[in-house]
Order: sequence, then C-alpha cells, then structure tokens
Amino acid sequence: MDMRPRSHPTWIAFLVHRVSGLLLALFLPLHFWALGTAIQGEARLEGFIRWADNPLVKAAETILVVLLAAHLAGGLRVMALEFLGWRRRQKDMVAASAGLALLAGLLFLLNVV
Amino acid sequence: MAEAASLKVSVWRGGADGGFARYEVPARANQTVLDVVTHIQREIDPSLAYRFACRVGMCGSCAMTVNGRARWTCRTHVRKVVDADGALELRPLANLPVIRDLAADLAPFFDKWQRAKGSFQPKDAPDGAVPEEFAVVPPGSKARREADAGIECIGCAVCYASCDVVAWNPDYLGPAAMNRAWTLVNDVRDGARAERLEAVAGDAGCHSCHSTQSCTERCPKNLDPSSAIAGLKRTLFWDTLLGRR
Repeated sequence: MDMRPRSHPTWIAFLVHRVSGLLLALFLPLHFWALGTAIQGEARLEGFIRWADNPLVKAAETILVVLLAAHLAGGLRVMALEFLGWRRRQKDMVAASAGLALLAGLLFLLNVV
Repeated sequence: MAEAASLKVSVWRGGADGGFARYEVPARANQTVLDVVTHIQREIDPSLAYRFACRVGMCGSCAMTVNGRARWTCRTHVRKVVDADGALELRPLANLPVIRDLAADLAPFFDKWQRAKGSFQPKDAPDGAVPEEFAVVPPGSKARREADAGIECIGCAVCYASCDVVAWNPDYLGPAAMNRAWTLVNDVRDGARAERLEAVAGDAGCHSCHSTQSCTERCPKNLDPSSAIAGLKRTLFWDTLLGRR
C-alpha cells in the first residue's frame, strides 16, 4: 500500500481506531477465559491473578489500557463529527484523543504497576 | 527544493497494465506540474495523452496523481511537490479506469453523481420548469450555510481518487457525489429530499464512510466532503429514528 497519500492525522487516527478495535476483539476471549477460571474455584483464579503480577503481563496490561482509551477517545471523536457536526479543528481533536489515550496509560502505570 | 537544473519525471504510459517512462524536463521558476506535462507533450513526445482545459483551477479536468497524491496539476507548483533530486512521478487518477497515459475515464465518477440524485429537482415546478417566483433563501440560515459550504465543487475527482472506501468497494458513491447530495438536501427549494436520502443510504452510500477524511485533506477547493457525508449520516439517523422516512 502506498502510504504517501495516507499520512494525514485523521487517516492515522482511523488506522489506530481500526487496529485497536481488532486487538481488543482478540483480547476479549482471553478476558472471558480469565474470568471463567473463577468457576473452577477461588484458588485457580487467585493463581492466575498472582501469575498476572509479573512485569511482562503488567506491561501488556498497560498497552491494553492505552488501546482501550485510544479506541474510546477515537470513537468519541468520530461520533462528535457525525452526530454533532464538529467539523473544525479535526487535527486538534485527533491530538486530544491521542493525548487522552496516553494519559490513561500513564495513570494506569502510576497507580497500578 | 534544492534548485535542480532539470526535473526527472516518471510518467505513466499506456493503459492499466502500462508502465513508467522517464523524461528529463528543464526546471523553471514558478513551474506548475501541468507545465511539465505540457512540455513533455510539446517538446519530447507528442503521443502523450493527458487532459486539461482552463489552466486556472476552475474546470477540474487536469487532476493526476503527483508523487502518490491526487492533485490539480494546473495549480500545483513543482517546487512544492518535488524532492531535492528533482524527481516527479505522475500517474493517472486512482480508482478510475485508465484510458491512456495520464487520462483517466471519469464516467464512473459522474455516473455516481446521477446515482446519488445529484441534480436539482425544483419543489415548486416538478416538471422542471422555472418557478414563477424567486425563492427567498436567507444567506445566514443554517441550511443555506450548509449548502454554501459544499457548492464550489469543480468535479475534479481528486477526492474520489483519494478515497480508500472507493478502492475497497467500487460501488461506493464517493465523496463528491455525496457532497453534492448534501448541498441539495440543504437546498430549501429542492423537492427530492426523500429520494435523495434513500439513494445515499445503504452499503454503497454514506454509512460506509470511515471518516479517514482523505477527501477533505486533498480537496483543492478546501471543501469538506467528509463532513457532508457525516451530515447525511446524521440526517438519515434521526429521520429513521423518528420515523420520518
């Protein structure tokens, strides 16, 4: 794919929104599987949560939080464009969405890790 | 641009399965991309096919793909698009059949204006006759401002060639046709609102737009077809929810 005509902020925002959505969809079965371990007893869930304390999983969780926040903020931007007709300052809106996503990741790192 | 003495121009030759031919064109001050193409055709190879008419950004016939991006070539200065080596790559517009060389077939583009019901249907004279009275449309009204925002389209197809959704779904109406539809939906003199909204709904219509805004980014007239499409989506949403269609 020729990326020369696809480098403007709103196109990158579209790409981030699509890729984050796909990755979150891939994560969902894992999420349900983790919750499902509770059915087989508290000890099993507890064991999984202990395993999830390792730094590599925490790093992956931080990426997950950023993806979720990016998908949410990007989705709100598109909804504002489509439902409220906020057509001006789209580049600023993209930057604000990206900032919110990174801020969410940072807050997660500061508070949880 | 680091003033190269000559431009190394790669020009698409042939039909869809053609290839690039290379030409060396003298670099000049205030040279437009259309000037470069014209130089090649007049001085180097008269068989080169391309299209232009007004040369002043009014007619919309000279659009091509310049270094990967769709642009109106008559108003594109070479120095703005060329790199330090003086390399220029010219292709016909994307998302359209290639007739030959730099001339793309715009028939599918204009067919979609028809499909999107892009012609004015006077409310007061359904037979197409001129109404007896002038319509009074206050310039400050919301509908008038929405219509005015998209009315200056010159039909150059730069937005259509830049649209990924057109590339993915060849039936997709595209930004220009829907920008036109939006101006007419906001035209209080028009009587075909329901049919027009029906025409732009559905899989090949406004709901397929992903708001990548390439159309808005590339429009040489600085129009905002992406917002026009968003307006169609919004109108269809509320009309459907409130049972108005």
